[in-house]
Amino acid sequence: MGAIFRREMGAFFSSAIAYIFLGVLFEIAGFFFINGTLAYGTSDLSGTFGSVFLFLIFLIPLMTMKLFSEEKRQRTEQGLLTAPISITEMVLGKYFAALALYTIGISIFLLFALIIEFFGGVVWATVLSNFVALFFLGAAFIAVSLFVSTLTENQIISAILGFLALLVLYLIDSIANAVNVEFISKILKTLSFYSRYNEFVTGLFNLSSVLFFVSVAVVFNFLSVRVFEKRRWS
Amino acid sequence: MIEVRNLCKHYGDKKAVNNISFEVKDGEILGFLGPNGAGKSTTMNMITGYISSTSGEAIINGVDIMENPKKAKSFIGYLPEIPPIYVDMTVKGYLNFVYDLKKCKLPRSKHIKDVCDLVKITDVQDRIIKHLSKGYKQRVGLAQALIGNPPVLILDEPTVGLDPKQIIEIRSLIKRLGKNHTVILSSHILSEIQAVCDRIVIINKGTLVADGTADELANNMSGDHKMIAQIEGPRKDVYKAVRNLPDVVSVIADMERGENIYDYEIETKPGTDIRKNLNKLVQERGWYLLMLQPNILTLEDVFLKIITGEHELKQALSEEQKKNIAEAVDKKEKVDAAAEDLRTVLEGIEAKKKAEAAAAEEADAEETAEAEGTSETSETSEAESDSEENKGDEE
Repeated sequence: MGAIFRREMGAFFSSAIAYIFLGVLFEIAGFFFINGTLAYGTSDLSGTFGSVFLFLIFLIPLMTMKLFSEEKRQRTEQGLLTAPISITEMVLGKYFAALALYTIGISIFLLFALIIEFFGGVVWATVLSNFVALFFLGAAFIAVSLFVSTLTENQIISAILGFLALLVLYLIDSIANAVNVEFISKILKTLSFYSRYNEFVTGLFNLSSVLFFVSVAVVFNFLSVRVFEKRRWS
Repeated sequence: MIEVRNLCKHYGDKKAVNNISFEVKDGEILGFLGPNGAGKSTTMNMITGYISSTSGEAIINGVDIMENPKKAKSFIGYLPEIPPIYVDMTVKGYLNFVYDLKKCKLPRSKHIKDVCDLVKITDVQDRIIKHLSKGYKQRVGLAQALIGNPPVLILDEPTVGLDPKQIIEIRSLIKRLGKNHTVILSSHILSEIQAVCDRIVIINKGTLVADGTADELANNMSGDHKMIAQIEGPRKDVYKAVRNLPDVVSVIADMERGENIYDYEIETKPGTDIRKNLNKLVQERGWYLLMLQPNILTLEDVFLKIITGEHELKQALSEEQKKNIAEAVDKKEKVDAAAEDLRTVLEGIEAKKKAEAAAAEEADAEETAEAEGTSETSETSEAESDSEENKGDEE
């Protein structure tokens, strides 16, 4: 697992992906930080945390698009699958590499908090709770788009499908409101990523939501493993 | 070291690999031969655990690849058809990654340096793989398989796309590796297998059709006993005389090597030797025996025979069927011989006619020539008289 993690981190930074991902994330977060927090002269970072959700839908598939699709296209997966490691190790190595890059990206929010701290008081409890939420939301999103990457050998298709999958997750609330059947609408609402994340933004730390995000990550990583298992057996 | 038992891989109705069994002993180089699409790569992918088998088992060093894949894979160094190299890494970076991936215990920098020296990529180890030539990429692929010094090497067409010099280098390297590794080498190039391997397994359309050393295969396959004799002498007579020698089953004379010189392909009964009789015959008749060659099958012939199914066909026939076929062939030869006789008679008649026609023409030509001759003589006499006149003038 360590070997794959290190290789993927190296590949992120030796290609343009890490720089584009971090650059765009910093730009968007910086924009909302200046416009939503600094311009209003407030020390509340919630607005900045809240706005970034929508952009993760684009950025995360960009980061994970080639993790498996490119291996398949270049036939390098054959090297991984015949190496003395398990498929779970292989999937998790890639997953944690993406999660690490993502964490580097969102740590800009901690920098923002430090800047505010320099000018006046920051409510660290809120900031950290928001940060934890952002981290686990990303953890779930990465697992979903990484799973999509196992399904195709074309990076672009992988990115677009990943984007669509995350968009559907984002729109679950609207879908839930449009559905007339009571219990389906209720189920959909419990699955809503956006409203769960918004709870944190409004200052409510909900452990069940953290568990929900973690579960989504576990399920989709498991599905990625299954994709490889199934391909071996077919 | 490697045991493959009843290995099958079915894709729906298509049987990519069907019931293949073989064994590779310690320190043996096994050649895995077959035409494109025969199932070589599929078999190798099953042995290395890349894909699962539909049924059957592959056991490496006593460990079943399906039951304990992690352990079995640790014994194998695998170079797939397309080397699994990350083209955006440097050679050294990539080999370090493979070292980590295989959880190597050997001293890192020394081991990687040794492998680089062995496959001769030391001078490119700091370059990015995508800038390397195909030959170097292939060698990096081979280096990758050698990392961790696994006891079993499985190489899928390792010399594809290399230039002749590189091919020779890689082959000699594989031969050297074979001294302390067990190697399975697949190829559709016969000379390669012949040059490198101790033993050969041939597969075709997913089934194993032959297993043995190159010599064994050649001996098994050449069930018919043939030799080629080059004899100088009138074709028809030689044909008849040789055909009438004891133990001769059939004679074919279709290669003209020179004036009155033909190659005769002679098939004899198994376990007989007609060479002395043939010699005597040639001497008695005053012909010359220019060459006598037993018809030894090359690996190429063996391969083609197996692939085209000729061998299987022969094996599948019953004794009676074989006898019938032999009789039919014999009859056909007799008919051919009769036809040959007829043709020579016809040729003779034609030649006679031609000769007559030619004679008639000659006679005509002579007449005209005579007429021309008279006019010529008169001309020359005129010329002579002219010159005499000239002489007279000069005087």
